[in-house]
Amino acid sequence: MSLKLKKGVNKQSAYNLRDPNLDYEAAHTLSIIVDNESGVLARVIGLFSGRGYNIDSLTVAEVDPDGQRSRITIVTTGTPKVINQIKAQLNRMVPVHEVIDLTIKGKAVQRELAIFKVVANGNQRVESLRLADVFRAKVVDSTLKSFTFELTGTSDKIDAFAELMAPLGLKEMARTGIVALLRGDNSS
Amino acid sequence: MTQANKITGAEIVIKALIDQGVDTVFGYPGGAILPIYDELFQQKKIKHILVRHEQAATHAAEGYARSTGKIGVVFVTSGPGATNSVTGLTDALMDSVPIVVISGQVPTFMIGNDAFQEADTVGITRPCTKHNWLVKDTNKLAETIHKAFEVAGTGRPGPVLVDVPKDVQFASGCYTKKNEIKKNFIKKDPSIDLNMLDEAISRLELAERPIIYSGGGVINSGRSAVNSLRNLVAGTNFPITSTLMGLGCYPASGKNWLGMLGMHGTYEANMSMHDCDFMLCIGARFDDRITGRIDAFSPNSYKVHLDIDPSSINKNITVDAPLIGDVSQILSVLLARWKERGSKVNEKKLSAWWKSINNWKGVQSLGYENSSSVIKPQYAVQRLEELTKSYNRFVSTEVGQHQMWAAQFMGFEEPNRWMTSGGLGTMGYGFPASIGIQIAHPTSLVINVAGEASWLMNMQELGTAVQYQLPVKQFILNNERLGMVRQWQELLHGERYSHSWSDALPDFVKLAEAYGIKGIRCEDPAMLDDNIREMIDYPGPVLFDCLVEKHENCFPMIPSGKAHNEMILGEQTEENSISDDGAVLV
Ligand SMILES: Cc1ncc(C[n+]2csc(CCOP(=O)(O)OP(=O)(O)O)c2C)c(N)n1
Ligand SMILES: [Mg+2]
Repeated sequence: MSLKLKKGVNKQSAYNLRDPNLDYEAAHTLSIIVDNESGVLARVIGLFSGRGYNIDSLTVAEVDPDGQRSRITIVTTGTPKVINQIKAQLNRMVPVHEVIDLTIKGKAVQRELAIFKVVANGNQRVESLRLADVFRAKVVDSTLKSFTFELTGTSDKIDAFAELMAPLGLKEMARTGIVALLRGDNSS
Repeated sequence: MTQANKITGAEIVIKALIDQGVDTVFGYPGGAILPIYDELFQQKKIKHILVRHEQAATHAAEGYARSTGKIGVVFVTSGPGATNSVTGLTDALMDSVPIVVISGQVPTFMIGNDAFQEADTVGITRPCTKHNWLVKDTNKLAETIHKAFEVAGTGRPGPVLVDVPKDVQFASGCYTKKNEIKKNFIKKDPSIDLNMLDEAISRLELAERPIIYSGGGVINSGRSAVNSLRNLVAGTNFPITSTLMGLGCYPASGKNWLGMLGMHGTYEANMSMHDCDFMLCIGARFDDRITGRIDAFSPNSYKVHLDIDPSSINKNITVDAPLIGDVSQILSVLLARWKERGSKVNEKKLSAWWKSINNWKGVQSLGYENSSSVIKPQYAVQRLEELTKSYNRFVSTEVGQHQMWAAQFMGFEEPNRWMTSGGLGTMGYGFPASIGIQIAHPTSLVINVAGEASWLMNMQELGTAVQYQLPVKQFILNNERLGMVRQWQELLHGERYSHSWSDALPDFVKLAEAYGIKGIRCEDPAMLDDNIREMIDYPGPVLFDCLVEKHENCFPMIPSGKAHNEMILGEQTEENSISDDGAVLV
């Protein structure tokens, strides 16, 4: 049985008894199943901008053509209270069928795809190719002066690769943002 | 379906509305909705009320909806017609009022071309509706309209909009009946968390200083929720207070009634909220007008929260026992289980609690100094209450001091009798709302308690009142000031009254006469009763210009950023009563 102390600073105690986790911001990956109807993405994004929530990453595509359902994957940051609000607000929307918090629900596979264009000569060119091999990046296009690499992995891995390529002639990159699914045989 | 079975989109709209049991539409025509108006002209089942501005159509629909429990319906044209409806949609969203707006749109092949009177209506109204639709296929029109009604009326009610391009109105398509649509888009109410409920009940049984704090959700949930609430109060003998939106759920004459709570609530209601050890929040949402300073809000209570909307839970105030679902269902289960367990309450402690409450009541926080030379606004509302309460009466208000005085001094015995703009605080709400109410209740006494500044915001609706011979009574507490703004400037901004007076006011009596209705002016407290009776007895619309004290402040008041137990009771304005932190709050 816990002590019957009230949360928050109060008359009885000089200490702040607020739940310390209340103010702790964390990233959450939300998987949102929606009707694939026009404007649905605008609705979801409008909710985030209108209520001042963060979007760190966002991807969307149709995943069930028969049922006309799309999956939106959003990575957002907030305190537990804010994250709960986000989920409740999303669930209120008519075209939203399910909101799965992959960060809470269990282990999830999270992947991003990125394309890098590296323009370099001589040693730098060789080094970029060597590093790409280490990262298992694929060459998807090349000229005598450039390579275009495709890399899939966690966001960290993509960040690390980008960092390594920067001094080797990285000219531009494009990345998809995170897609994710729960691990195991349960569907999320 | 063969070609012969098809009807035009415009016919579909009317047919779908009739199918939904709609008998009244508030609206204003224009190019993009003409085919629908053409159909309207050729039928007899739906009555159309031509307002004088689309904002008024939405507020009238709100008044209609809130006074009947039905869904309000509005027609507007594209572009400016649709944008004019935005304030009403937002108002309805904030106060959970079910209305359906059907807007005309430029033809599908012109959308995106900056066509004449084109606006991205669905884009503009996305954040101020529960949901909205642009219908591009006549075959989907009926289904969409039925869905719109379903969405507006179920769960936490709210406004929806259906945007219908003109070519879709002209084209032919199949009609889908109301009962033929799939309802899989409706969110199911979650089942009641019985463990949580039992925990809440055991806290209720032990509570030493309980309070029930109810809100508009009880009214939206319907008659059985209201009855259960009353049974609960009677059974437990707990004190009850209510938000602005919930007035009438528990009768104002009931012995457990503490009056409204919040920023301009009574001392006893707010002190009870602050000092309670058990709070039962029913269909209210811990709005900032209610809580005052969040971290000082009812610091020592166990909080139970009944709400149909999961996003209302733990949004502003973290509660101990959230119970998600329809208030009427949860309350009936709660009552049944509590009775099964022996209908226990902590009687001894409860009577001590009532003693403290009665002491707070003794403060008489609604007291004011009356005058025999000038009409005090509180006195005017009190007399209005006295002389009209025995009538079959509905009251709407505008927004400002007069609204708070009406909430403080008028007593509501039943729900759906009090219509006011709570969440959005929309000046200009009351007059058109009173029109919607009167349309729904042709023989009732409908009064709009107004401030002169708010009333002017939708004064064009005099035309509507005259055209449909609606005997609405516009009771204007005329202080020649944006009174509530003036009050804040006095208390917060060093008495610098920046643009808070109503200059160049019309002669309201002459204005009434210009419209061929009755105008009454009263500035003598001794004449007030007679003049109010004259207003009531007059069979048509009345514009009552009640000239009141210009500098009266509305008390009690919890200044922004302060706690419930720091309320200001009267003119003894304290130094620095509002902190710098509080001053940034609205
Ligand atoms: C559309 C709109 N604009 C501005 C405000 C801000 N506001 C709140 S109360 C008020 C003054 C209202 O004056 P009046 O209608 O005369 O009522 P009083 O306070 O004098 O009783 C104003 C300007 C508002 N609530 N709504
Ligand atoms: Mg005024």
